[in-house]
Amino acid sequence: MARPAGIPEFDGGRLLANLMYFARTLRAAGMLVGPGRLLAAVEAVRAVGLESRRDFYWTLHAVFVNRRDQRELFDQAFHIFWRNPRILEKALAMVLPQTRMDTGAPQVEMIKRLAEALHGNSASAREEPAEERLELDAALTFSERELLQKADFEQMSTEELHLAKRALARLRLPLMAVKTRRFAPDPAGPRVDMRATLRAALRNGAGAIPLKRRRVRTNHPPLVILCDISGSMSRYSRLFLHFMHAVTNDRDRVHTFLFGTRLTNVTRYLRAKDIDVAVDRVTGAVDDWSGGTRIGDCLAEFNRRWSRRVLGQGAVVLFISDGLDRAGGEGLAPVMERLHKSCRRLIWLNPLLRYEAFEPKSLGMKAILPHVDEFRPVHNLASLGSLIEALSRPGGRRLEAAAEWRAPSTDIAAA
Amino acid sequence: MPSSPLPVSVDATAALLAGQNYVADRSLATAVFLALKLGRPLFLEGEAGVGKTEIAKVLASGLGRRLIRLQCYEGLDVASAVYEWNYARQMLEIRLAEAGSASREDIQRDIFDARFLIKRPLLQALESDEGGAPVLLIDELDRTDEPFEAYLLEVLSDFQVTIPEIGTIKAAQPPIVIVTSNRTREIHDALKRRCFYHWVDYPTAARELEILAVKAPTAGAALSREVVGFVQGLRKMDLFKQPGVAETIDWAEALMQLDALTLTPDAINDTLGVILKYQDDIQRLQGSEAQRLLEQVKAELGGQSVV
Repeated sequence: MARPAGIPEFDGGRLLANLMYFARTLRAAGMLVGPGRLLAAVEAVRAVGLESRRDFYWTLHAVFVNRRDQRELFDQAFHIFWRNPRILEKALAMVLPQTRMDTGAPQVEMIKRLAEALHGNSASAREEPAEERLELDAALTFSERELLQKADFEQMSTEELHLAKRALARLRLPLMAVKTRRFAPDPAGPRVDMRATLRAALRNGAGAIPLKRRRVRTNHPPLVILCDISGSMSRYSRLFLHFMHAVTNDRDRVHTFLFGTRLTNVTRYLRAKDIDVAVDRVTGAVDDWSGGTRIGDCLAEFNRRWSRRVLGQGAVVLFISDGLDRAGGEGLAPVMERLHKSCRRLIWLNPLLRYEAFEPKSLGMKAILPHVDEFRPVHNLASLGSLIEALSRPGGRRLEAAAEWRAPSTDIAAA
Repeated sequence: MPSSPLPVSVDATAALLAGQNYVADRSLATAVFLALKLGRPLFLEGEAGVGKTEIAKVLASGLGRRLIRLQCYEGLDVASAVYEWNYARQMLEIRLAEAGSASREDIQRDIFDARFLIKRPLLQALESDEGGAPVLLIDELDRTDEPFEAYLLEVLSDFQVTIPEIGTIKAAQPPIVIVTSNRTREIHDALKRRCFYHWVDYPTAARELEILAVKAPTAGAALSREVVGFVQGLRKMDLFKQPGVAETIDWAEALMQLDALTLTPDAINDTLGVILKYQDDIQRLQGSEAQRLLEQVKAELGGQSVV
C-alpha cells in the first residue's frame, strides 16, 4: 500500500521523536499526557502500522484522548502537527520556547511571590493590631455572641459580617446518613459476619464458635446546592459562599450551582482550599451577580444538563432562593416538580422567612412550595444552626415538613 | 465453542465486527483492534443505546469466547463482584472434621480451599477455558462508587486478584475487557489511563441506514430512509433524552408490525413512545411538531431522490 504523504517513515528514530513532540504539544495544550501514555502510543502505532493516515489518527486518538471534550483539541493538534513532516522544526520552535517558558515561568512566579511575600510581611505587620483587636472581638461576652447569632445578615456591620463569615466557615453539615450496601465490623451489630466468624473459629480451635457481627455501613448522600444570586439575594448569597465553601471542602460529592439569569456550576472553583481564592474564582466565573432572576429557565437547564450527572446517587438538594422570580413563576411548577422527583430530599432555604407575618404570596413562591420537602429560614447564624440540626435528623416523610406552609391556603397546593 | 484467533489488523477487526452484524466506524474498529492486540481494556463511553454493550457480546461470539458480564450498581462489593466463601459448606466441613480426628492444621488448610470459594464475575474472568481467555464486560461503571473503581485498578492493570486466605490469583491469559460508562459521572483518570478510550457517538445518517439494513432487514428501503431521517432530525432538537440507535431499530420494527410502508403523522403519534422515553419530550413532539419534522424529512428525501 502506498504511504500517503505526511506520515513519517517508520524507522523508529524519526517517528519516536515525532511522537514525542506530538505528545509534548498535547501536553502544552493542557491534556494530561505522561511518558506512560507516550510509550503506549509507540506500542499502539507499532501494532496498527502506518498504512493509512486515518488509522494512524484513530490509533493516537485511542491512546491520548480520554475525555469527550478533548476530541476537538486532539483533532486540531493532529491535523496541524502531522500535515507536514517538516512541522518538526516548526514544532520545535513552537515547543521549545514553551519549555523555556515552563522553566522560566516558575522563576518569574517565584520572584512575584517573593515580592508579594516581602510586601505581605509588611502588610501583615500593619494588620497585626487589627488581628489582635479581632481576637478581642472574638472573645465576646455570651450575650454579645447571642446578639450576633440573631442579627440578620442583611443588617450586620462589616465587622459583624467578618465574624459571621468565620462562624460560617466552621459550620459542618452532618447531613443525614443513608444506608449503603456495604458492611463494617461491629461487635454489637445486628448481622452475623460469617467470614470473620469462621476465621475466629479456626483461631479458637475446638469448642464454641464465637459469633462475629457486622452492621450496614452508612454514608452521606451527595449534596447539591442551588443558590440564587439575584439582586434581592446578593447580600445573603455572598455570605453563603463561605458556607458552601466550608461544606465543599468538608466532604466529597458536593456540587454547587449559582443562578441568576443563567446557571453556573461553581463546584470546581469552590474546591480551592483558601476561601479568598475560591471567592475570587467564583466571582470571576459568574457574570450575573445581583441581576434579575429567571428561576424557571435556570432550573430547567439544570434538569436537562446536570440532573442526571449530579443527582444520580440519591442526592439531597439545598435550594437557596427568596422565590422572587422575574418571570412571575411562569413554567416554574413543572421544573420544580421534576427536580423534586429526581432527588432524595429537596430543602428550600428562604431568607424572607424571617418576617413573622411572612406568607408565600408571590407567584414564584406559590409555584415552588408544593414541591419542596422542607421550607426553612436562613437569615442569621441561629437559623443556620437550626438548619444543620434539622438536616442531621433522619428526614420525615417527604413533603411533610413544608406542609404547614401549604396548609393555610389550599389554593397553593392546587396551583 | 470453536475459538477464532485474534484479528491481525484493523481491517480484520472491522471484518470480524461486520461478520457479527455489527456496523462499526473505522475509529471504533481501530480502538477494538488495539485493545485486543495490546491486551488492554477498552473503555467505551457514550449516550445510552449507541451499542456499547453490544460490542462485548459481538466480540465474544465472533471470537468464540465466553462472555462474563459484571453489571455495576452503587454499593457493589467484593462479595458480589469477585468472590465469596461458601459459609454453610465450611461450617459443615468443620463439624465433619471435628467428628473425625482431623488435626486443627488440617481443618485450617481445608476450610479455605478452592472448593469452598464461590467465584463471582471478576474472578471467573481470570480463568481461561479451551476457547481462550473470556470476554469480560464491566457494564455501566459510572453506577458504582469510587471505592469499587479503585479496587478495579488492580484487577484491570495486572489481571490479578488477591484473596487473603489463599493468596494472589493471576490470570494465565488476560481476559478481553470492555468497560462501558454512560457518563453520569466522570470516571477517574487513573482507571482511564489503563485503557484505550473511545467515545461512541450517534452514527451519521448513512451509517445508521446501514445499521438498519443489517438489524431490521425486512423494513423497506423507503421506510428505513424516513425513519433514519426522522431520528436524525430528532437528535438535532433540544430533547431531554435523544433517541439512540437501539431506539431507531426498535422503532423500525414497531412500524413494520403495524404494516406501515411509509411514515405518516398518525403512525408517528401512535409509536412515539418507542423512540422517546420522557413525557416532556413526547408532549413536545406530539402533533404539529412531529408533522413539521416529517414534512421536512420527506422534502429532503424527495430532493435526494430527484438528484
